[in-house]
Amino acid sequence: MIDDIRALSAELARDPGSLAFVPLGEALRLRGQLDAAAKVALAGLEHHPNLADGHDLYARIVADAGDVERAADEWSIALALDPRHAGAHKGLGFANFQHGDLDAALEHLELALAADPTDQSVVQALHTVRQVAQQAAAQPGAVPQRPAVFAGLEGAGDGLLLVDPQGRVLAGGLRVHGGQDVAEEVAAYLAGVSQEAERTARLLELGEWRWIMAEGEHGHLHLSAPSASSLLLLARDKGVPSGRLAILAARAAEVARRWLEVQTL
Amino acid sequence: MTTRFQAALDRVTQVRGVRGAMLVASDDGLVVAESLMEGVRGNAVAALAASLAKRFHRASETAACGVPEFLHLQASQGSLLATPAPNGMLVVVVAEADINVGLARLEMLRAGGAVA
Repeated sequence: MIDDIRALSAELARDPGSLAFVPLGEALRLRGQLDAAAKVALAGLEHHPNLADGHDLYARIVADAGDVERAADEWSIALALDPRHAGAHKGLGFANFQHGDLDAALEHLELALAADPTDQSVVQALHTVRQVAQQAAAQPGAVPQRPAVFAGLEGAGDGLLLVDPQGRVLAGGLRVHGGQDVAEEVAAYLAGVSQEAERTARLLELGEWRWIMAEGEHGHLHLSAPSASSLLLLARDKGVPSGRLAILAARAAEVARRWLEVQTL
Repeated sequence: MTTRFQAALDRVTQVRGVRGAMLVASDDGLVVAESLMEGVRGNAVAALAASLAKRFHRASETAACGVPEFLHLQASQGSLLATPAPNGMLVVVVAEADINVGLARLEMLRAGGAVA
């Protein structure tokens, strides 16, 4: 990927009007270099203000940074430029889901699937939203209303969980296949882990603990402490490499820290 | 059999950055065999690793991730690694922060195989 970034950067340096800004911005985003990715995307959009892919790229970057409203604006622009843009429909599906507008989320995700029937992430997202919609219809009020702190981040509603040291859910969600909400149960098991990790690190003279990763038969868990009074858990299936998990965790921790700071002001 | 454990643990400690390796009973956190550098508190390592492994076992199964096959605690100046071995055992390693985790894991799995 670094070679790709070098080659694309060189191409862009030779020709600032090149469309290479789209794959370059995306490569930087995937590496978690959001500031650099945003600069590349904005510079590219100056040359190509009517390029839907450019607005979609910028939307994903700001969504990763936690600004879902801005991302939704950018995806809307992308759709205005290209009404069949799969990425923009997918993004708006996610943004609407985070805001609890399940009907709009379903509509956008179905349009995203129609535009790109091979996108498995859209298939999975549709499955999740339909199940949540069915549960909401069957049991009004049964869907936990938790703050959408991680809106815009991958797995925000079903694989990112912020808990306090007493094992109470602060934000995010955790669902298993089939849509069952296991957030409260997992949060309870994690109660006291930070103290235990701290004690372990101290007794073994390992310094300050940073994170714990558990690689399971079917999936991986990554636990970190965005603040002294919170724990952040990421759950992903086994197909996600541990390095990628660490990048996702770092992004989510930053978002969580900002949210926690606002809560304590 | 103890000699076999010991030999397997000794191989783990030959990985650069490993400060100690142990075989621990996962139920009670007691040391079964160890190969530690001076200054590493074996009993503390065993008890704490077993306790952390137990907590993550429950969380991982509830989250549908299945039984944890590898646990990695990363701290600023070191790491604690654990992997289950047959017969209710855990292979536990204390290491430097910049250890080659892949290599250590490989040797830990081999050491676990010696328990079977």
